[in-house]
Amino acid sequence: MRIACTVNGRPRVAEDVWEGASLLAVLRENMDLPGSKNACEQGECGSCSVYLDGRLVCACLVLGGQAQGREVATVEGLASGDALHPVQEAFLEAGAVQCGFCTPGFVVATHDLLTRTPRPTTVEIREALAGNICRCTGYAKIIDAVHLAADRMAPR
Amino acid sequence: MTGRVGESVRREDGPQKVRGDFPYSSDLKVEGMLWGATVRSPHPHARIVEIDAADALAMPGVHAVLTHRDVPGKKVYGLEIQDQPVLAIDVVRYWGEAVALVAADHPERARRAAQKVRVTYEVLEPLTDPEVALTDAAPRLHPDGNVTRHVKIRHGDQDARAEVVVSGEYEIGMQDQAPLGPESGLAIPDGAGGIDLHVATQWLHVDRGQLAACLALPPEKVRLTLAGVGGAFGAREDLSMQAHACMLALGTGRPVKMSYSRPESFVGHVHRHPGRLTYEHGATREGKLVYVKARVLLDGGAYASSSTAVIANACCFAVGPYECPSATVDGWVVYTNNPPCGAMRGFGSVQNCYAHEAQMDKLAAALGMDPVELRKRNAMQTGSHLITGQAVEGPAPVAELLDRIKKMPLPRSVGTLLDLTQMPGGVSNTTHGEGVVRGVGYAVGFKNVGYSEGFDDYSTARVRLSVVDGRPRVEVHTAAAEVGQGLATVQAQIAATELGVSDVVVLQADTQVGSAGSSSASRQTYITGGAVKAASEAVRERVLVMARSELGRSSAARLERDAVVSSRGEVIVTLATLLGDAMIEETREFRPQRTYHLHPETGQANAHLQYAFAAHRAVVDVDTELGLVKVVELATAQDVGKAINPQAVEGQLEGGAAQGLGLAVMEEIQVKDGVIRNASFTDYLLPTILDMPPVRMEILELGDPHSPYGLKGVGEPPTISSGPAIVAAIRAATGRPITRVPVRPHDIVDT
Repeated sequence: MRIACTVNGRPRVAEDVWEGASLLAVLRENMDLPGSKNACEQGECGSCSVYLDGRLVCACLVLGGQAQGREVATVEGLASGDALHPVQEAFLEAGAVQCGFCTPGFVVATHDLLTRTPRPTTVEIREALAGNICRCTGYAKIIDAVHLAADRMAPR
Repeated sequence: MTGRVGESVRREDGPQKVRGDFPYSSDLKVEGMLWGATVRSPHPHARIVEIDAADALAMPGVHAVLTHRDVPGKKVYGLEIQDQPVLAIDVVRYWGEAVALVAADHPERARRAAQKVRVTYEVLEPLTDPEVALTDAAPRLHPDGNVTRHVKIRHGDQDARAEVVVSGEYEIGMQDQAPLGPESGLAIPDGAGGIDLHVATQWLHVDRGQLAACLALPPEKVRLTLAGVGGAFGAREDLSMQAHACMLALGTGRPVKMSYSRPESFVGHVHRHPGRLTYEHGATREGKLVYVKARVLLDGGAYASSSTAVIANACCFAVGPYECPSATVDGWVVYTNNPPCGAMRGFGSVQNCYAHEAQMDKLAAALGMDPVELRKRNAMQTGSHLITGQAVEGPAPVAELLDRIKKMPLPRSVGTLLDLTQMPGGVSNTTHGEGVVRGVGYAVGFKNVGYSEGFDDYSTARVRLSVVDGRPRVEVHTAAAEVGQGLATVQAQIAATELGVSDVVVLQADTQVGSAGSSSASRQTYITGGAVKAASEAVRERVLVMARSELGRSSAARLERDAVVSSRGEVIVTLATLLGDAMIEETREFRPQRTYHLHPETGQANAHLQYAFAAHRAVVDVDTELGLVKVVELATAQDVGKAINPQAVEGQLEGGAAQGLGLAVMEEIQVKDGVIRNASFTDYLLPTILDMPPVRMEILELGDPHSPYGLKGVGEPPTISSGPAIVAAIRAATGRPITRVPVRPHDIVDT
């Protein structure tokens, strides 16, 4: 199967894709974009969070073929060259990264939250990130990171 | 620019991790590689009659099917007892045991081919009750019987009697480490009979030793490099796919990648031992412990893994961090046909903490005494003796930790506030406060740092100082596994501190340098940190000698700001000028004081290197009508000796507490007749951001007199007493005994 879609603003084509492949597998195995992670592959952990036509999805739950002709944005597309996105910078600064396997998913989900809700409360942060599992941090520093990113991106 | 010891320093791998560029083991890829898949047993106990690979081999794209007959060397491996077959030989002893391997040119083809390998089994009755496993009537699952180890501790008067006696029986469920990164790696044959394995593991050299034996290769032909590790928590101590990928790569002559799915991960690594613990505490009416009798039974499952060390911990620390003049402890870990169990954060001290802390609360109630006061009255302190007879050297601030958490302000009552996320049951909208009762509970725990019982625990570091682009650079090379805890950053901080150089690079961990020991037992900052410190000091000494002899500058005293300075801090010569093209390299092994094996009859010995203590207070709201629990807040105090990287220490305290919360109220691998019923993240419940409350903390830096910088191991204590504090709080809220974790709704509400 052949899949053509836009990924991080660039047209991409994947050839010889297995018909049953998820969007996550297509990104990781066919498009050299392993930033989205394969931790549960059933939509529970959010480690594969990406945008599909601007909506936050678990790439493991999207069939690769469903991406045909659509726009995908992944964690790899957030930084501008050497400059990290403020969400990425905030995760680093707040100590929200340990093993980091969940981090790409959290970064994308936080990006989505702050796009919709520039000044989220802690309760709103918890609700928005409830679909992302982190096994290392206990989440406290992730919450700090989201507040920090919000402060930087939408100062009062 | 690398920060110094004591500063909160950003992780050096952080930028890659937030970008999605960090190469985890499951991300690895190389031209022409094949994918490996594993054929696993659908039975917890069966005899293998026949393995027929013909159909699988006939599938297009399939390059190999291997069985135990293809294991080139030793057919079994294991951390302490070599009892686990690389691939099952004639019997499978647990559900999901590896039986055969497939390599194919696409992961899906490999998976499908694995399903086509026909294995004929003669199904046997599984032995799943550890109590039965202890009896003579039980079938012997291994040649030496079913008892992997019996630890006996006989401390003080064995006939002690007391005025006040409480007893209880406690049950601990099987917890999974659930690191997010799957077991995975890439094995690349070198074309000359050797192999390069890139893998996520906790200890490269112990993997290599086992692999070399199983592959019948000399160790130098088995080269391991640490790939990015997506969490470990004990799950990566044993081999998983390592030998399998190497066999397939050597067998096909092609690079082979293996990466487990989440369901496969649940059978691909060991778990925290479930346990049954029976305790009797005797005390005076004034609340001084007189004796503790304990029986600890851990289910080790099908293979030994690190069970013999886990049961030692469960027994050595069975009484908790208290002075107790008399103790009688018998601990067994047994083989069954349940999933194999081994290392998980807390390592034996988690199971017993639930029991000894429940007992202390029970005793306090029997005495009419405040539970914290009772604990303080018996608290271990410097010079106190463990029930193993070993004296505690260095700070043992048990009473102070308890005082600190007791004094922290309590969170406000939710009251009528209608924020559902703060309610038991959350946004399921199960209560608006009706039937919700608040409870507060306390617990304190401790465990050993480093490997115990005479193990030659050491680490190796190579430190190199040279000039790159006109500036001094330090390269630190160890085999220590950065698993997410921040160890690479700590190594850089130590070298930067000792050498006064800002540009420090920590090289990829691999087996080209000596062993660092395991990223386990909260030991790496102490022991690999000690090795990096020692090697850095040796480099520094050579630089100072060079400055004194070559420049005749006898005032050269130390290194600071990329220069040699005098004792008053005046720059004598920059390192760039002094070194020129020269390179100074030193390798050091660091060995802390030795430990001794427990006496087989009395359990008496100086068996441990260092102890780490933490205390927790939990506040919970319990919906007493539905049995739902909301953990409102955790508060903790922990002595870390010296916080090398304070922000990372906080992360350990928060993350460790979350894993403690998981076992207390959510996480359990449910095993029925030897079969795991919930091998997925849909069915195995991990704490989410909605479940984990804020953690209030106080970090003490009391300084251990023996360790580098006075530091103590940090990683495990947060996982020990957090859960028992939560269960104590649930008891306080409900008045129910709650003797089993994880606590389920029907433990709280009669059904």
